[in-house]
Amino acid sequence: MIKYFFKRLLQIVPTFIGITLISFFILHLAPGKPTDIMGELNPRMTPEARIQLQKQWGLDKPIIVQYGVWLKNLARLDFGDSLSTDRRPVWDKIKERLPITISINIISMFIIFLVAIPIGIYSAQHQYSLPDKLITVFVFIGFATPAFWLALLLMLFFGVYLNWLPISGLQSLGYEHLSVLGKITDRARHLILPVFISAFGGMAGLSRYMRSNMLEVIRQDYITTARAKGLSEGKVIYKHALRNALLPVITILGLSVPALVGGSVIFETIFAIPGMGQLFYMAVMMRDYNLIMGGLVIGSVLTLLGNLLADISYALADPRIRTR
Amino acid sequence: MWKRFRKNKLALFGAVTVFILCGVALFAPWFAPHDPVSIDVDHILEPPSAGHPLGTDELGRDVLSRIIWGARISLAVGFVAVGISALIGILLGAISGYYGGWFDTVIMRFVDVMLCIPTFFLILAAIAFLEPNIWIIMAVIGLTSWMGVARLVRAEFLSLKEREFILAARCVGASNFRIIFRHILPNALSPVLVSVVLGVAGAILVESALSFLGIGIQPPTASWGNILASGKDNIEIAWWLSVFPGVAILVTVLAYNLLGEGIRDAIDPRLKK
Repeated sequence: MIKYFFKRLLQIVPTFIGITLISFFILHLAPGKPTDIMGELNPRMTPEARIQLQKQWGLDKPIIVQYGVWLKNLARLDFGDSLSTDRRPVWDKIKERLPITISINIISMFIIFLVAIPIGIYSAQHQYSLPDKLITVFVFIGFATPAFWLALLLMLFFGVYLNWLPISGLQSLGYEHLSVLGKITDRARHLILPVFISAFGGMAGLSRYMRSNMLEVIRQDYITTARAKGLSEGKVIYKHALRNALLPVITILGLSVPALVGGSVIFETIFAIPGMGQLFYMAVMMRDYNLIMGGLVIGSVLTLLGNLLADISYALADPRIRTR
Repeated sequence: MWKRFRKNKLALFGAVTVFILCGVALFAPWFAPHDPVSIDVDHILEPPSAGHPLGTDELGRDVLSRIIWGARISLAVGFVAVGISALIGILLGAISGYYGGWFDTVIMRFVDVMLCIPTFFLILAAIAFLEPNIWIIMAVIGLTSWMGVARLVRAEFLSLKEREFILAARCVGASNFRIIFRHILPNALSPVLVSVVLGVAGAILVESALSFLGIGIQPPTASWGNILASGKDNIEIAWWLSVFPGVAILVTVLAYNLLGEGIRDAIDPRLKK
């Protein structure tokens, strides 16, 4: 098991280097240098000053050298300074926003689990029943619903029409003066819609996946055996079938991390939540070169870590891998 | 195969809807009651009425006409982006699977890496440095979505190249090129067809999200995403701007998904238990 763990850990290295290579080259080969943007922002900048600035940032060196320097700085979590007016280090900016995005994504993963797994089990147990058919219809509609549109509809309904929930930000005005309980409810009210939106796509996907897994497992011989020896249906389903059907779900959760991270751009922008996604979106709008690179790398690292966690939990949960 | 497909009512519904949508997109100028870009300052943000069945936007433009013209953009982006991704995926997958060796290793590692980068981040980053016009958007979506097809085609090639008919083709002196493109590829295409149809739906969703965020199709050109963006700006006063374009996206994506699933079941009925 420990051997497996280290082997898996080592596999991250080439993938990570690949990620840095792709992000670095894509952004450098694209037309438009960061100094051009500085020029756009500051029309008084002379061509000489621009060349000076290019030298200062090492943009006149061969691209391989630039990559080496960038990688070396990356090891120290130094992505350079943001090119926006505040000029703060990119890592500082990302650092303060990362916890928000990660916690929202973890909450929505919990919700995906909590909702999708029982639905999937139920659908499989009652295949082709009316509820199963209804669930299937909902799942298909869920797949086809753009998250940002759903967000808009919910804002329209709960925020504007019913006026029940706040539609932007993480806290109300005067948050500091609220009691502890008040703070918690205020935070929760702000989080309901964003978390729902971020979990929505995953719920449809996972419940469908769970259903087909469960259907497959129920047809296995060991389930027939369990039934034949007279176990109650509950025991057959929850003790024998569920464990086996849940295993592949772990991998799926790992694979869904990039979609969740990417999706954070959408819901954080819509609901004005100060997280990674919104930061990245603003960086893109401002063409904040260093910040985009930092965001891309950190987003990919989150995915890598998610996959690693999923693989390790899979190994822990599956005795066939554990004993190897 | 066609018989099985025809029995599947949902798939048939998907196919008919896709057909109608293509017709609407192709003949947008005939279907649209108004000019989608003509500004009418006397009729700004009007709710649905007989003259404007789906209301007007913040510049007095007819929303129905903009949605109809938006179908053109969405379908064009869907088709071209998926065309690009299918082409790359098929080529890389075929060569990887057929020749194996170091090329295969490199390509498959590359696929792993690409799958690790949050696609939406990558697309946004790429568009940030290029001008957001329709061609760039098609290209960027295509270039970031070929990995699934490449894996599929590679897997098909790995199993097909061991079959007797390939040995036979080689015995009669067929070139590698001929074996790849004339003998193996046609047999490997049916799973690709499914993922291409589903891919169109995916590309339409991505395009609408980009346009919604303001980095996709730029106004005045109408796209479902950018109508929704103006819906967000006017959310307190004009619900029709937020509702109808979304319904268009929903129906389109749903139709492509149903069609794709239908084709999958028709090709391989074993999958449908």
